[in-house]
Amino acid sequence: MSLRDYLVFLAVMAGVTYLLRAVPFVLLKGKIKSRFWRSFLAYVPYTVLAAMTVPAIFYSTESKASGACALVTAVVASLCRLGLVGVAVVACCTVLCIDGLLPMFF
Amino acid sequence: MDFSKGVKDGLPIGLGYFAVSFSFGIAGSKFFSWPLVTLISMTNLTSAGQFAGLQIMADAAGTFIEMAIATFFINLRYSLMAISLSQKVAPNFGTFKRLLLATGITDEIYALAVSQTSPVTARYFAGLMVLPYIGWSSGTLCGAVCGEILPAVVTNALGVALYGMFVAIVVPQMKASRPTLVAVLIAIACSFAFKFVPALSGVTVGFAIIICALVASLLGAAFFPIKDEPKDSSEQGEAA
Repeated sequence: MSLRDYLVFLAVMAGVTYLLRAVPFVLLKGKIKSRFWRSFLAYVPYTVLAAMTVPAIFYSTESKASGACALVTAVVASLCRLGLVGVAVVACCTVLCIDGLLPMFF
Repeated sequence: MDFSKGVKDGLPIGLGYFAVSFSFGIAGSKFFSWPLVTLISMTNLTSAGQFAGLQIMADAAGTFIEMAIATFFINLRYSLMAISLSQKVAPNFGTFKRLLLATGITDEIYALAVSQTSPVTARYFAGLMVLPYIGWSSGTLCGAVCGEILPAVVTNALGVALYGMFVAIVVPQMKASRPTLVAVLIAIACSFAFKFVPALSGVTVGFAIIICALVASLLGAAFFPIKDEPKDSSEQGEAA
């Protein structure tokens, strides 16, 4: 990618993000009344993260097997309430074991 | 509610941000040199939005309009937080200060600010932003530099760190709320469809994420509208 393209992408991303925060912060004083749109906005963060994670996680490492195992261990670790950093460490260690250590033995 | 109290309160967020943005730096170092990766974090201060943005930049078919729409929907929740925070700030938190400090409205800083009992002053909010901003920027810098020098077996493993953190955000919510569980499963099913159904394979990564999230969230809102937040009703109770 050219530096010019990078700068336009950066300006678009940073500009949209800033306006989303600044415009309502400065202008709006009331609460959103519509229950439908409040519900919609409540679900957005989770559906976005889920769509970003699956199936992309299977292709984020050297093998689909390590990505799939990392997803399983991450879900288990989340259910054990390990927290953001703890779950991430568990997922990384899973990949390290499967892609890094297993090939040494097989 | 002064600046130094804000700085102190922001310390745990700053430490967490360092860890999360370290993995962003590693992910970014696969596509860009470290100054360019760090600049993304310094100008955006958002996790999911930046990771999605990186995917769109890395996709050869990614377009500027796709970037704008993806960023808009992924970060739309900040608008809700900004509205909510605007009800909570001190009277002298004027327009100019709001324009200056709006970048600090992230999931965690927002949550900490609105949980204060007294009105949020501009000085306190500015203090609250300092360490998270430094943590986010320096974490990205360290991750991007390390991504260039660490052995492949380590960066390969660190590549899932981000997804691990996403799982840690989504799964507890899925367990706590059945509607969220259903909405998330719809989003995942859609996401699989974009990956494996040949007719949909032309859709770029960014638009696929947007469509999945829109479909799942709209269905969620239509079939499982959320109850009013308990905090709202208590505020109404106080007012009455």
